[in-house]
Amino acid sequence: MRPLTLSRLLLHCSILAAILFVVVVVALKLGAVPVSLYGLGRDLLRVLFRQTSQLSSEYQLIIFDIRLPRILLGVFVGASLSVAGASFQALLRNPLADPYVLGVSSGAAVGAIVALIVEPHLSLAPTVAALLTPVGAFLGAALTVTAVYFLGLRQGQIDSGTLLLAGIISASFLSAVIMFFMSTLTGGNYRGMAFWMMGDLSTPPLRIVSLVLRFGFFLAAAAIYTTASDLNLLLAGEKEAMHLGVDVRRVRLVVYIAASLLTGLAVSVSGAIGYVGLLVPHVMRLIFGSDHRILLPTAAFGGAIALVIADTLARTVVSPAELPVGAMTAIAGAPLFLYLMRRRLA
Amino acid sequence: MSSYARSPASPARPVGDAGDFNSDIRLSVEQVSYAYSANPTQAPLFTLEATSFQARPGEIVAIVGPNACGKSTLLKLIAGALQPLSGRVLLNGFITHALPHRTRGQRIAMVQQESPLLFPSRAWEFVLQGRHPYGRTLRFETAEDILVARNALAQVGAEHLTDRFMDQISGGEKQRVILARALAQQPLLLLLDEPTLHLDIGAQVDLLETLRRLASANRYTVVVVTHELNLAGQYADQVALFQKGKCLRVGPPASVFQRELLEQVFQTQLTVELGSSGRPRVNMPSAK
Repeated sequence: MRPLTLSRLLLHCSILAAILFVVVVVALKLGAVPVSLYGLGRDLLRVLFRQTSQLSSEYQLIIFDIRLPRILLGVFVGASLSVAGASFQALLRNPLADPYVLGVSSGAAVGAIVALIVEPHLSLAPTVAALLTPVGAFLGAALTVTAVYFLGLRQGQIDSGTLLLAGIISASFLSAVIMFFMSTLTGGNYRGMAFWMMGDLSTPPLRIVSLVLRFGFFLAAAAIYTTASDLNLLLAGEKEAMHLGVDVRRVRLVVYIAASLLTGLAVSVSGAIGYVGLLVPHVMRLIFGSDHRILLPTAAFGGAIALVIADTLARTVVSPAELPVGAMTAIAGAPLFLYLMRRRLA
Repeated sequence: MSSYARSPASPARPVGDAGDFNSDIRLSVEQVSYAYSANPTQAPLFTLEATSFQARPGEIVAIVGPNACGKSTLLKLIAGALQPLSGRVLLNGFITHALPHRTRGQRIAMVQQESPLLFPSRAWEFVLQGRHPYGRTLRFETAEDILVARNALAQVGAEHLTDRFMDQISGGEKQRVILARALAQQPLLLLLDEPTLHLDIGAQVDLLETLRRLASANRYTVVVVTHELNLAGQYADQVALFQKGKCLRVGPPASVFQRELLEQVFQTQLTVELGSSGRPRVNMPSAK
C-alpha cells in the first residue's frame, strides 16, 4: 500500500520542471542565429533572479524579445491543452477525449473569429477589444462541449463511440464554418486559415492577452486541482462517486467551466493545436499512474515540454521555412492516437 | 447521539424528543413511496407504494422479490440517492436524503454492481477510495486512513489481494475488495445491491457469513437486496417481500416465507420447510 504523498508529488514535479528548463534553454539556442548554450543558461538564470543589468547585450534582442516570448507562449498553451485534455477525459469518462478530437478547439476558434468580426463594430477601448477574442473562444468552447456531450448520449448514458463520433463530426462542421468566415474576411490584419485550423505559435499575442493567458491558466488549473481526488472517483463511476461523498454536479460544473476556459484561452492565442491534450495525459498516466492529484500537475509540465519541443522542431526542420506547430503535433500524435485506440478496441 | 454534534448546520434535525424517538432503532423507513415517469405529463412508468420497516444495529434486512419489483429503488431511497415522493428515511434520526454528501458518505456505504474501470487500479487504491468522505480537498491519505483500509481488507479476508490489480482477480475476490471499500467508510448503514450476483455458491455463502459476522462485530445495520431466497432465509433477521412496487410483508423469515404467498409472488410451485434452527428453506418440487 503506497498512497501518494506530498513529497513524492513535489519530487516528480521538480524533475519535470528541470526537464522543462533544459528544453527551454535548448529551444532558445536553436534557430537561424547561433548562440552558445553556456551564455544562454547563464543569462536565463540572471533573468530568473532579476539581475538583468548583467546581460550580454548582443543577443538580447533575438533571445529575449523574439525567441523567449514564443517559447513561453508554447509553455502556457501546451500546459493548458494538456490539463484541459486530462480534465475532459475524466469528465466524459473517455480516455480518448481531448479538446481537439471533441471539436472543442474548433468551437473555440469559431468563437474567436466571431469575436474578431464583431469587434470593429463595437468601438471598444483597445485593451477590451483585445480581450474580446479570448472571451469569444471560451464561449465557443463551452457551447461545443455542451453540444458534443448531449450528442454523445445514448439512452441517457455517455457512449464512448457515439461521443467521439459526435466530436469528430462537430470538428469537421466547425472547420467548414471557419472557412466560411475566413473567406468573408478581407484585409491583412486577420490571421490565416492555417492558424485557426492547425495552430501556430509564430505570432505572440499582445501583452495584455499574454497576461490573461497566464493568469487564466493558473486560475483554471487551480480550480480543477481542487477537485483532483473527486475526479479519481468520478472516473471510477458516477454512482460510486456519489455514494463515496462526491458532489458530482458541483465537480462536473467546476471542471467543465475551467476546462473550457483553458481551451478557449489556448486557442485564442495559438489556434487549434491537436493531440497535445490527448497524448500527454496518456503518457503521464503510464509513468505516474491515474491519480489526478499527480496526473494534473505532471500533465501541465508534460504539455509544456511537448509543445516547446514540437514548436522548436516546427521552426527548425524545414528552415528557413516554418511549419505550423499543429502540423508537427499531428505528425507525431496521430499515429500514437491510432495505436492507443486500437489497443483499447482489442 | 453525541457523535452527531459535529454537523449542527445539517438541514436534518433529530426528530422530536427522546419521548417519541426510540434510540434503539437505527434505520427507520417511514411510509416511503416513489414514482418514476419518463416525463412529468405522463402517468408514472413505475411506482413504489408506501413502505415502512425499522432496523436495529447489528441486524440484517433482506429485500426480496421478482425482477422489477422496486427492490433497487427502495435501496436508493434508503441511501438518500433518490428523494421519496412521500414519507422519509431516517438514519439515527436524520433524513438520509437531506444529509450533505460528505456526511452521507461517512454514514452510509453502498455495495453495487461496479462500473467498468477505465484505467487499471490496485485493490489498495480501491479500498482507500472508501476514505474519501473523511478527506478534505487536496488532503493526502493519513496513517489512520491506511490503517483503516488495512483493517477493512483484513476483516473480509483479503489482505493477500492488497497489491493485485482489480481486473486480474476473480469475481468473488473482487466482491470482497468492494466490501472492504464499504467498510473503510466506517458506516452505520451498509447497503448491498445483489452482492451475490455472478458468484458461485461457495462464494455466496462465504459473503453472507462475512456479512453476518461483520453485522454482529461492528454493529452495522445491513440492508441487502437479493434474489437468493434461501440465503435471505438463512442469514437475515428480517425479510421484506416485494411484488410490483408493493411491500407485501415484512418480518422474520419464517413469517414471510409462507408457501401460498411465495407461490403467488413468484408464479411457480414451491415448497417451504422449517429447519431445526427455525429458519425456512424454499425448494422447487421435483419435476414430474
